[in-house]
Amino acid sequence: MPELYHQTIAELSAALEAGSLSSVALTEAVIARTDSVEPKVQAFLHRDAEDALEQARASDERRAAGKTRGPLDGIPVGIKDILAVEGQPLRCASKMLDNFVSPYDATVIAKLKAAGAVLWGRLNMDEFAMGSSTENSAYAATANPWDLERIPGGSSGGSAAALAAGEAIATIGTDTGGSIRQPAALCGVVGMKPTYGLVSRYGLVAFASSLDQAGPMSRTVEDAAILLQAMLGKDPLDSTSIAMPEVPDFRAELKTRKGPWRLGVPREFLAEGIDPEVKANIEAAIDWYRQQGSEIVDISLPHAHLSVPVYYIVATAEASSNLARFDGVRYGHRSAVADDAISLFTKSRGEGFGDEVKRRIILGTYVLSSGYYDAYYLRAQKVRTLIRRDFETAFEQVDAILSPTSPTPAFKRGERSDDPLAMYLSDIYTIAVNLAGLPALSLPSGFTSDGLPIGLQVIGKAFGEADLFAVAHAFEQGHDFHLAAAKL
Amino acid sequence: MEYDVVIGLEIHVQLKTRTKMFTAAPYAYGAEPNTLTDPVVLGLPGTLPVLNHRAIEACAKLGLMLGCEIAEVCKWDRKNYFYPYSPKNYQLTQNEEPLCLGGLVEIEMPGASRNVQGEHRQVMLNRIHLEEDPGKLSHEAFDTVIDFNRAGVPLAEIVTEPDLHSSEEAVAFLNALIQLIHYAGVSDCDMEKGQLRCDANVSLKPAGSEKLGTRTEMKNLNSISNVRAAIEYEIVRQTHLLDAGESITQETRRWNAETGSSSSLRSKEEAHDYRYFPDPDLMPVRMDRARVAGLKTELPERPYDKQRRFQEELSLPFTITSVLCPDPELSAFFEEALTVHNSPKAIANYIANDLLRELSASAGHGESALSITDCPLTPAHIAELAKLVEGGVITKQIGKEVFAMMYTNGEMPATIVEKEGLEQSDNSDEVEALCREAIAGNAKAVAQFKEGNTKALNALKGPVMKATKGKANPATLDEILRKLIEAEA
Repeated sequence: MPELYHQTIAELSAALEAGSLSSVALTEAVIARTDSVEPKVQAFLHRDAEDALEQARASDERRAAGKTRGPLDGIPVGIKDILAVEGQPLRCASKMLDNFVSPYDATVIAKLKAAGAVLWGRLNMDEFAMGSSTENSAYAATANPWDLERIPGGSSGGSAAALAAGEAIATIGTDTGGSIRQPAALCGVVGMKPTYGLVSRYGLVAFASSLDQAGPMSRTVEDAAILLQAMLGKDPLDSTSIAMPEVPDFRAELKTRKGPWRLGVPREFLAEGIDPEVKANIEAAIDWYRQQGSEIVDISLPHAHLSVPVYYIVATAEASSNLARFDGVRYGHRSAVADDAISLFTKSRGEGFGDEVKRRIILGTYVLSSGYYDAYYLRAQKVRTLIRRDFETAFEQVDAILSPTSPTPAFKRGERSDDPLAMYLSDIYTIAVNLAGLPALSLPSGFTSDGLPIGLQVIGKAFGEADLFAVAHAFEQGHDFHLAAAKL
Repeated sequence: MEYDVVIGLEIHVQLKTRTKMFTAAPYAYGAEPNTLTDPVVLGLPGTLPVLNHRAIEACAKLGLMLGCEIAEVCKWDRKNYFYPYSPKNYQLTQNEEPLCLGGLVEIEMPGASRNVQGEHRQVMLNRIHLEEDPGKLSHEAFDTVIDFNRAGVPLAEIVTEPDLHSSEEAVAFLNALIQLIHYAGVSDCDMEKGQLRCDANVSLKPAGSEKLGTRTEMKNLNSISNVRAAIEYEIVRQTHLLDAGESITQETRRWNAETGSSSSLRSKEEAHDYRYFPDPDLMPVRMDRARVAGLKTELPERPYDKQRRFQEELSLPFTITSVLCPDPELSAFFEEALTVHNSPKAIANYIANDLLRELSASAGHGESALSITDCPLTPAHIAELAKLVEGGVITKQIGKEVFAMMYTNGEMPATIVEKEGLEQSDNSDEVEALCREAIAGNAKAVAQFKEGNTKALNALKGPVMKATKGKANPATLDEILRKLIEAEA
């Protein structure tokens, strides 16, 4: 039996239900583990052990009173520092929000609380979710638990690393261009981005509003299914949230949806720029599905190669406007040397934002500027429509699409810090999914010869989460990569 | 040189909804600063706007009232600019696809005198769109403070075509617009409270020329007299420049009501690049055609249509309709009274003269007149009074007394008449006796009457009326006096 802190929600909730484990004992184990490995991993920006234990005690009391709230009740879940939790710091790993404490709960957080989850800590990330390595955090450099010299991926790097290190049973990340899936792949865990609109964005500090989605990160596909079930739902506070016509019981469906499937492999995704070991690993995964009876269909996403440029226009345009509210007037960092309104803005923002955030604000401001809007923003939106149509066409033939999550395994700290373009290419396989608003998941599919995790990306149809989970679950059941734990 | 003046107005109107446009925070003018806020109003990280459909409905109603087409779909854009009163540093507005398109507003130019109806014409609108109000900055001795109570209040921005040609037309337009908005019931339009704000674009061109001249935009016009003064100032300023052979700089100017002059705020080169783009947090709004059609049928009669109807069908004079029609409550009061007793002229006279006089007299010193909604009388009071006079139950003169009494105690006129015994006297024996006394007491008047001076009869009626406290029926009295004098002869 693995240590408590390396077990799954499914296992732990069964033990809690059986009475062989209390939430307090579980939470204490996670806290102790965190205390022990956190100096190496640095996944957290903030921890409040007493608060977590308080929630655990409340969970145990509910259980004792026969009022337990389901499989998440009493399970410690780590939260990315971009989701608002009432009374907790909400900094987005930025100096800009240094002393900011949220006065309200994000809808996702309210739902997790309602499900009884023990909210545990604030997890590190790239500043305002802008980055693929968590190196853009203003506060801490999170390490990849599989190799402390390497980055955990990003932007939800803290969420992925904490999970891989046993510092939480599950975590919540957010994904704008791959920020859940890429770090999940690099840290050897499951990371899932839901269909755009399935999970409320209220309380998720906006980076790119038309792309952002919160999603679960977990050890297994089943755990991700349990978490998503609790997180989804139309929210009156988010006009872009959508009610699924009929919400399936994802966890139950894992057992009934068994394939075989028609699985598409986009030929453009395995062509060039991919690490040979990653390529071989993904081809092996595809072979496994074929051997299990699924039909592998060669598909084309002809506009997918435009995803990265389109993304860096759409996302930065929205970000330049979304981040305008951080001005030092009402909250957040306020420059001590400002002497009028304009200098209050420019100095507070100049001091508060890091380089990558500034780079993207400048880029976004440029593409929206008078005279450039049509050439950049409008054109990018048109190409975005073409990318979405590529997927629609592909899904006429297939049930799900398989691809690598990241073109490379985790890279070394500082390796791409001075080369934004190389960093942007980390998300080459994930970005198109956000542009098309589709659900996708990364799950562990093996290791490189150096022992670094590799992730397989499964992309589903819009609101096809049940099938997506089933396809991924089948692979997981046929392998044991998800059982491996990083040695710390 | 002679110039044609071309003016376009942009008018911001706060819509009277219970809650703000994108969140459930309430709004009320004059509340303690920063008490009517919530995380959405303050633009806290992670918050999102959610549309208040009442704002859409109020704006659609306004648009229909102003003769606009209601768009099939309207969309939201972000207008990006940094300003301390702007919680998100962008404003949600409708740049590309506004709710209301086109529109025509009938205006009335001033007549030769107050009692003469002026000419009417139509002013073309370009559009009406919805946007959110920002907060409010105030400059104190050493600090600038911000009140975010106003932030997020729904604003309808009414944009005219450059279709106005003088300050008088601009003022006439605003007056007509305010009446229409009052009738639509979507805003109180109190300019002092910032519920209606006006910007004016002014340009001149050589008389008869087709080509528009360079315009300037005048901001901060927070009263109708400011609008008039600022436009007149600008026309003179531009005329002097053009006459001197200089060109007009395209710029935004700020009107200073205290000095009665304007100064440049920013030039075209310094103008903001608002970097408009579609708001990704809000869905486009598809207007339900049945609902729009429903709003159209529920629309109240427009004030000038009402005025025409009152003049043509009820034969009321302009001096009366110009009092009744601009105020929806007053005209509704009048029309309700008609449903009780259909005597338009008498009722209109009571309202426009007696009632309004009492209302302004009841207001405290220095206060403006009470409005009809504060009136102690109901339409039924006025209607019943008119009916009593018309039916000969009381005399016109007694009617005035009854009016004063019911205004004071709120009792119905019939009750007052009964209680006070004010019915017209039809006791002709008593009147005849009094008439005999009058004739005996004023031989001179009798003689004059006999010589053909019919007015002399009034001198005889006076004492009789006095003795009956006005209750004698004037017709009966007249008849008896004539009969007695003739019998004497």
